[in-house]
Amino acid sequence: MTPRRPEPQAADRQLSYAAAIREALEEELARDPALLLLGEDIGEPGGVFGVTQGLWQRFGPHRVLDTPISEAAIVGTALGAALAGIPVVVEIMFGDFATLAMDQIVNQAAKLRYMTGGQVNVPLVIRMVTGTAGATAAQHSQSLEAWFTHTPGLKVVTAATPYDAKGLLKAAIRDPDPVLFFEHKLLYTSRGAVPASDYTVSLGSGRVVREGTDVTVLAYLAMVPRALAAAEAVAAEGISVEVWDPRSLVPFDRAGLRRSLARTGRLVIVHEAPRRAGFGAEVAALVAEECFDLLRAPIVRVAGLNAPVPYAPELEDAVLPGEARIVQGIRAVMAAGRP
Amino acid sequence: MVYTPDFLRRLYADMLLIRRFEERAAQLRLAGHIPGFLHPSIGQEAVAVGACAALEPQDYITSTHRGHGHILARGADPGRMYAELFARREGYNRGKGGSLHIASAALGIMGANGIVGGGIPIAVGLALALTVRARLAGTGAPTAGVAVAFFGDGASNQGVFHESLNLAALWRLPVVFICENNLYGEFTPQHRHQPIRDIAGRAVAYAMPGVVADGNDVLDVFRVVGKAVTDARQGRGPTLVECKTYRLRGHYEGDMGHYRPPDEVAAWQARDPVVTFRERLLAEAGFTTADLEEVERAVEARLEAGVRFALQAPRPAADEALEDVYVETHDGSALA
Repeated sequence: MTPRRPEPQAADRQLSYAAAIREALEEELARDPALLLLGEDIGEPGGVFGVTQGLWQRFGPHRVLDTPISEAAIVGTALGAALAGIPVVVEIMFGDFATLAMDQIVNQAAKLRYMTGGQVNVPLVIRMVTGTAGATAAQHSQSLEAWFTHTPGLKVVTAATPYDAKGLLKAAIRDPDPVLFFEHKLLYTSRGAVPASDYTVSLGSGRVVREGTDVTVLAYLAMVPRALAAAEAVAAEGISVEVWDPRSLVPFDRAGLRRSLARTGRLVIVHEAPRRAGFGAEVAALVAEECFDLLRAPIVRVAGLNAPVPYAPELEDAVLPGEARIVQGIRAVMAAGRP
Repeated sequence: MVYTPDFLRRLYADMLLIRRFEERAAQLRLAGHIPGFLHPSIGQEAVAVGACAALEPQDYITSTHRGHGHILARGADPGRMYAELFARREGYNRGKGGSLHIASAALGIMGANGIVGGGIPIAVGLALALTVRARLAGTGAPTAGVAVAFFGDGASNQGVFHESLNLAALWRLPVVFICENNLYGEFTPQHRHQPIRDIAGRAVAYAMPGVVADGNDVLDVFRVVGKAVTDARQGRGPTLVECKTYRLRGHYEGDMGHYRPPDEVAAWQARDPVVTFRERLLAEAGFTTADLEEVERAVEARLEAGVRFALQAPRPAADEALEDVYVETHDGSALA
């Protein structure tokens, strides 16, 4: 692991999550004249979510490259450039479309360093716009992070706040390995304090978002604010909830989670992705193997139902974990096991 | 012939090296030294040698599952290639790649590829990187080199082939797409997997030149690819080159090729690129039998030394399995 530098205290300056990502890209483009951005509509239009606005105008079409709608070629081209020492950040407009580039991500990018016996580095970041923003339906709403955590050679980052988004993205860009950087579309307008300084957040460093003593709620991406709301809701019942965000799934901060469980002894895992073989299953197994001594109750998973994400708002609410289901999960873990 | 004797001798030596390398590999596989797949390119040597003769050291190639020829033609050491086939630590890929994945970053060989068509967009990206390098160097040159993607007739049916040609043509990247049309996609003849005869015609859809070379004539391949490489170097964008050729053995070692008509095989056997080039050197270029026997002895000696090196190379230790998954040497707790 790289040594963890202390993170700067957040400034008073407030930025949106989208603006924090844009600032990371802008600063890295200025810092490294070789860095390229590739993606659909990211150039003059500034991206469908506006994340890359202004970058084409500042850095020009040779640095911020608008591509045809050709995900396999986009990722493969980015990978080829990365192999030749030119770092690239790709935007996958909706993470669902990564399916069209799976060969290049899974068979090529993930494995080239390994298969070549360490001859090449792959300084490639794939920004994946993930999750639902409400009624985006089954082909524009998926949370596919577990697929990529299952592929050795890839790193998987999940940024939940503007502060983390800027710091994690800069760390991902400077990382010599391929990184899948998940951004939740629902979070783009959320605001938070972001230092104007050049800081990074180490991959593999989890964060205690809210301190508590009775139960740890592990949440990432858009589930972090939802878990915080649930924690506030049960505080009135006298339940003290710690919300813990791993911030990256690979590498995963096992020691950080263990420290949290040493304080609380109970674990609720929350994610938007379907429950079956989701990343929560991996965490539950890890904790059962390594932290069983700390557990006072069986682990509870609060996750998406095993269904595609539906269009109708009522159905979407039923499929995806909301605050009420997280509250139920917290109550359930408190009621089970030993005191 | 207008070429120098040294150049012609080199082409012959390289083709013969590939031929004999693969013949020996087939024997070594039968003797149990090679644990995995082997896809020989016997019959296609002229494509690899003619194309790579047009390249410079700073250029890149991506190759296919049938890649030994491209890799040797690019200057790889047969001993380290055998070591990789034998799954030894001294192999190019430290025993983690095998025949399907041999790479040498130092020689600009960015990997043979186990996925049909998988290397095509990677070559486009290598070409993009070469333009970035030229821009950063500030010399005003359009590119710092050329990238070549080798692939087969089967790969030209993959979506990523079309996406890559479109992108490369749109951005006028210095890449040459070389289709080795050996008339079979695995076991399936061309007329049963595509409705066209000339794959070069697919270039029309991307407003790039599409040209056909005689893939069994090393000099024709050199001439046609050479023109495409020159165009790419000068900023005129990509070319699709189709080399018509034939693989004289099965799809992989062990495939007897019963799906092919014997008279077809015999007709192509008569056009064996190594044998016919040898005959031309004797008949048209002033070489004597003794000259060529000297080349042949040198090739045999090189391969003999290569096999000896590989057989003596150590096998990887089990704990190397976790090396090079990621760049940093992790303690395993976070990433294992």
